[in-house]
Amino acid sequence: MTKFENPEDIKVIVATDCGSTTTKAILIEYVNGEYRLITRGEAPTTVEAPFEDVTMGVLNAVAEVEELSGRKLLDENNKFISPAKDKEGTDIYISTSSAGGGLQMMVAGVVRSMTAESAERAALGAGAIVMDVIASNDKRLPHQQIERIRKLRPDMILLSGGIDGGTTTHVVELAELIAAADPRPRLGSSYKLPIIYAGNKDAAELVKKTLADKVDLKTVDNLRPVLERENLGPAREEIHELFMEHVMAQAPGYKKLMSLTDAPIMPTPGAVGLIIQTIAKQYGIEAVGVDIGGATTDVFSVFRPDGETPVFNRTVSANLGMSYSISNVFAEATLPKVMRWVPFKMDERDLRNRVKNKMIRPTTIPQAMEELIFEQAIAKEALRLAFIQHKNFATVLKGVQQQRTIADAFEQSSSGATIVNMMTLNMLIGSGGVLSHAPRRQQAALMLIDAFMPKGITRLAVDSIFMMPQLGVLTEVQPKAATEVFEKDCLIHLGTCIAPAGKTKKAGPVMKYTLELPDGTVSGTLQYLEMKKFPLGIAENGLPLKIKATFEPEHHFDVGAGKGNKLTTELNGGVVGIILDGRGRPFDLSDLDEETRVTYLKKWMTELDIYPKESLQ
Amino acid sequence: MAHAYTPGLKVTDNLLIKKHRILPLKGEVIVKVGDKVNPDDVVARTHLPGNVVPLNVANKLSIPPEDLKEVMLKKEGDPIKEGELIALKKAFIKWFSSKCEATIDGSLESISTITGQILQRGMPIPVEVKAYLKGEVTEVIPNEGVVVECVGAFVQGIFGIGGETSGTLHIVTEDNTTILTEDLINENMAGKVVVGGSLVTAGALKKAIKVGIKGIVIGGFDDKDLRDFLGYDIGVAITGSEDIGVTLVVTEGFGQIDMARKTFELLKTEEGKMVCINGATQIRAGVIRPEVVVPMTGDKTPEMVKSETTTEGLTVGSLVRVIRHPFFGKIGKVTNLPAPLQKLESESMARVLEVEFEDGKRATVPRANVEMIEGS
Repeated sequence: MTKFENPEDIKVIVATDCGSTTTKAILIEYVNGEYRLITRGEAPTTVEAPFEDVTMGVLNAVAEVEELSGRKLLDENNKFISPAKDKEGTDIYISTSSAGGGLQMMVAGVVRSMTAESAERAALGAGAIVMDVIASNDKRLPHQQIERIRKLRPDMILLSGGIDGGTTTHVVELAELIAAADPRPRLGSSYKLPIIYAGNKDAAELVKKTLADKVDLKTVDNLRPVLERENLGPAREEIHELFMEHVMAQAPGYKKLMSLTDAPIMPTPGAVGLIIQTIAKQYGIEAVGVDIGGATTDVFSVFRPDGETPVFNRTVSANLGMSYSISNVFAEATLPKVMRWVPFKMDERDLRNRVKNKMIRPTTIPQAMEELIFEQAIAKEALRLAFIQHKNFATVLKGVQQQRTIADAFEQSSSGATIVNMMTLNMLIGSGGVLSHAPRRQQAALMLIDAFMPKGITRLAVDSIFMMPQLGVLTEVQPKAATEVFEKDCLIHLGTCIAPAGKTKKAGPVMKYTLELPDGTVSGTLQYLEMKKFPLGIAENGLPLKIKATFEPEHHFDVGAGKGNKLTTELNGGVVGIILDGRGRPFDLSDLDEETRVTYLKKWMTELDIYPKESLQ
Repeated sequence: MAHAYTPGLKVTDNLLIKKHRILPLKGEVIVKVGDKVNPDDVVARTHLPGNVVPLNVANKLSIPPEDLKEVMLKKEGDPIKEGELIALKKAFIKWFSSKCEATIDGSLESISTITGQILQRGMPIPVEVKAYLKGEVTEVIPNEGVVVECVGAFVQGIFGIGGETSGTLHIVTEDNTTILTEDLINENMAGKVVVGGSLVTAGALKKAIKVGIKGIVIGGFDDKDLRDFLGYDIGVAITGSEDIGVTLVVTEGFGQIDMARKTFELLKTEEGKMVCINGATQIRAGVIRPEVVVPMTGDKTPEMVKSETTTEGLTVGSLVRVIRHPFFGKIGKVTNLPAPLQKLESESMARVLEVEFEDGKRATVPRANVEMIEGS
């Protein structure tokens, strides 16, 4: 893929991510037997007028890296000096991009919950924003669907439908709708809109007949060849290919950028998905990553529903975010749900105005402590709602017939059940300003715990400077460098949360714990609705300290070994440490009466040192 | 570092304003360079292709799709009329013949022998673009649209609802702090664009629509009233297409906030003139703000024109408005721009500035939480 046959020969790496507002560059070097982040630089993205050349922003960000690192990277013609020699040049340069609105797609399939959903999964996994899903049974009339296709102007369309040997008529009908809409690409009018056909192979010729004259049609293997199996790889690869060929090539300056890079430019969210998958694969774990931005929230997950094969899912909650979409979070979550996380009363009319004022002035930051507490409460709800959407999407395939035995009679699992299992989840990674830049790291940890409600033992981390995209594309070139930098420099390890699952109606013990901390062993009993924190930091090599711990839950609580079963395990520390969460699962704060809720909130926030004591008075 | 750039809203008495008036599809431009135009004059027009309505004729006539062409009485491209016979399956006995009629007026777009359906294309939909400003056409972009220019006073708002409109400017409240209430509105204000102070009440807005006021320019508006009024909560700030019978331009923000004195005074000097306003707002990349334009009458005199100059950065002495609690809405002058990051009450580290408010009180606020009042 690159000029280096052996990835081991790559010792210096420059990577950039061209975001819609900022272009971020990082420099990675191989020093003392390991890959480490040396420095980073950033500059405003220059896709829009008056510059209209993305490489200007890239070169500015790289110039900052040069200045900070003392390494000369660019020659007098603004080309990367390569390969690296001493304090000069880089071995490879790679980039991701979400500038100009990212990759915007529309997908179509015959049955909404089957082929259309598989197509949606393929597009989301490739890093696209799915503008709409058209299906033969989506309850819209054909002319409404056509109107919609015509209005949206996507970058490309993914058309699927029918298992191999199945329906052809419905797929061709969809193709006819698309042909009638005569969709135009979003950027530029000099080329035909790319459409990928990944449906019933028997209909491929007919689809070609219907669409080939009007659009740039590519045919790949069916993404749902049989009901029981998805085959998303070929469609995703074609999406990436077309993203480079058409979408990127239309954006100002991208042809120049493509000539600089040593690997194909990838859509930013697609690259984030790659790094999460790589980490999950390398450590054999289940992981969830979340990126909460101003306008949208992305959730990535890798779970192993059968205990072995990792299944990757990505969802984008288009209208859940902390600035542009903050008002929408408020509207969807409702005021009482947001205010349940706030330990004092606020006036509703005033709150509504504050939220709207943040929406119209998205770059402001909380100056008063009360504002920070309120903003973090909204973040918890945005994350919670985004995760609900993710759970509903990350399911076993729908429409698959299941064989059941009499033993399954009492199990309510059905086709389409979520594969998200909070008990088996090993790692939860947060990213985005409200999490990465929370004034106290404990606040980020509590936001993740309150929003995701992890069960059992879960490691928590935040992305320090949002370099997951660059590391994602790096996994394609030098995976070792990507994972080493990810663990040591990208992640800020917060610690581990231990949350026994189960409920009880009355106060009492939840579990006994023994933590073999470096300063001595600590033992105790965690009470219901109690939270505790123990410090356990980071080792000199940048990785979390590890300790042995034993938990003995009460008979109706489970820490991962089954109800009432003792568990001895290794725990990872972090800048926050070990958090014991005795609130039980499922847990809903709204179940508590007003006075109890405020009392407990203050207790938890004091114990975990979330906010200064005086602000909780 | 004594310079920082914080973009603000533009409020100025004399600006060269250029508007691109472009068709959504290629079409016909009906004015020429040098033409004087009024806001409601049409400058370009085109036709959008009509809606497509599919009809499964094969199913209707109970025939296999591949036989469709044999029964069709119309071919692709033919005009059709609603109720007109377009397909006929003849039977030996006439009674058993079955037929199919067009469901819309338009033309026959395609006949598919794979699915058995035909696509009917509706009549083209006319689209017109108006001048919006009172000014002069300075450029024609062939088949696409024009650039209309005028010199005039310009006030940028922060948020608005409703689209482009125009009317005579009328100041209703006695100053920039007074609330625009129902009792201040009367029938003589029909067709006008009215200006109020710190807030417009829900009652006043309803009455404004009732009497036929075209637009309201105001300092603040309550979110609760906005939601009650629209019947839904605005989730993201993308507006302009609401059909509510009035255009609203909010200059400061949500809640009761005094309109910046400078804005109010400027509008007051323009009272009685024709204004063009647009409530369309889009707060995303490629931001669009609502606006009030008061085109000057008479020919533009170049020496008067202060074209859109590049904004100077934030410096000591700059006039700023705080845009977040706890000093939300207050206006003051920057007195110091300390370089090092400082810890805020929320414990965030941020670049700050010191400001002296109009009442003489001083405060330290994050630079991210102020905006410059431009054109000052």
